Amino acid sequence: MYPPPFRYHRAGSLKEAVALLAELGEEAKVLAGGQSLIPLMKLRLASPAHLVDLNFAPGLSYIRPENGEIRFGAMTRHAEIEYSEVVARIPILHDCASGIADVQVRSRGTLGGSLAEADPSGDWTPVLLTLETEVICVGPQGERSVPLAEFVTDAFTTVLAPTELVREVKVKLPPAKSGGAYVAFKRSAPVYATASAAVQLTLVDGDVCAQAAIALGGVGLTAIKAAEAEAALRGQRISAKTVEAAAEAAMRAADPQPDMRGSVAYKRVLIGALVRRAIDAAARRCRREQVEVSHQYA
Amino acid sequence: MPEETERIPITVRVNGKSHSLAVEPRLLLVELLREELDLTGTHIGCDTTYCGACTVLLNGAAVKSCTVFAVQADQGEVLTVEGLAQDHKLHPIQEAFAQNHGLQCGYCTPGVLMSTYALLARHPNPSDAQIRKAIAGNTCRCTGYQNIIKSIRAAARGIEGS
Repeated sequence: MYPPPFRYHRAGSLKEAVALLAELGEEAKVLAGGQSLIPLMKLRLASPAHLVDLNFAPGLSYIRPENGEIRFGAMTRHAEIEYSEVVARIPILHDCASGIADVQVRSRGTLGGSLAEADPSGDWTPVLLTLETEVICVGPQGERSVPLAEFVTDAFTTVLAPTELVREVKVKLPPAKSGGAYVAFKRSAPVYATASAAVQLTLVDGDVCAQAAIALGGVGLTAIKAAEAEAALRGQRISAKTVEAAAEAAMRAADPQPDMRGSVAYKRVLIGALVRRAIDAAARRCRREQVEVSHQYA
Repeated sequence: MPEETERIPITVRVNGKSHSLAVEPRLLLVELLREELDLTGTHIGCDTTYCGACTVLLNGAAVKSCTVFAVQADQGEVLTVEGLAQDHKLHPIQEAFAQNHGLQCGYCTPGVLMSTYALLARHPNPSDAQIRKAIAGNTCRCTGYQNIIKSIRAAARGIEGS
């Protein structure tokens, strides 16, 4: 399958990319990893007149721990995050990076591209919503930093203007005694998850939950921050009862669409199960247990 | 949508040999290999980033060549299944697949071999879990995967022993 014809512009730098987008306007798309854009173009669901390729612009791929946060260059590939020793210290990020699609897609796909595409089933948004994440956007007017929760506004929609692109993603390191886990359920490796749950906890005095962040993927037009589920854990001891209350709150927060991956009822039950598993893994990690978590298959 | 687009000059090293040519921007890497360079060992299966039949190595990383534009391989290094055998001698990975019935119809095989190559480059002694994860992006409709996994284990031993 051939994509429709387009004009190709290779940006030699971030500055050049911004200038190209300003010049080409709304008919231009940014080519990052291309793992969603190229298939969409081949299926003729997207037919941009111009592509601005960021892959040859130096300095857009890095993972830098700095001042209590990790800064990711927008073009950092999922595979680079998967194998990063810096990221290994925050298990929820590793859970996510190591399970996105398959090896081949992780070789190409980028963090910035994934956030900018804002697929409702994308893995990074729910995960990064459980940490304090800022998206650094750059355009002709300069830079702005947007909290992730405000960055994604709807399915496949972000606050990015057509002339703006993502330069960097800043993730705040969680406090001591924290642990998180990301559990996604998918039918096979290359596809998007049917649903996913991201849980980040801070446990003090044994098992009392001082902080809880819970976000759900694939069960709404955007990732959903499950505030009621978080409240069910906060200030409480992690027990079968509190976990169940959180899972039930998450099921209520979910607003799934029926599609080929499952019915509304199925996805709702699934999200409950995923939240329970993610809380369990996150709590064990708070207690410094080694827990292997990756995307789960049907 | 532009009717015609300017061809872009690129230089790509494929299996150690340098090629300079001008390509349409929309030309996919797999089409460059098959149609322009006549390297038809890389197969097109689903053409939708699912099956992995088109897997090649681009600058050392396994990629689905149906989901990379040829212009993006400019200045890059590509390894395809044709680049595995040296001097008419099968690569240890190919040898292991032949010995262990790691293929039946053979359609997915070039992609599976390249995924295996990438795996063993990173993990010369992979666990079964690492093997399964490494080929999760390659669909095989014949073998049921058991003999593929067996072949990869044998390939790891073969490379170590050679």
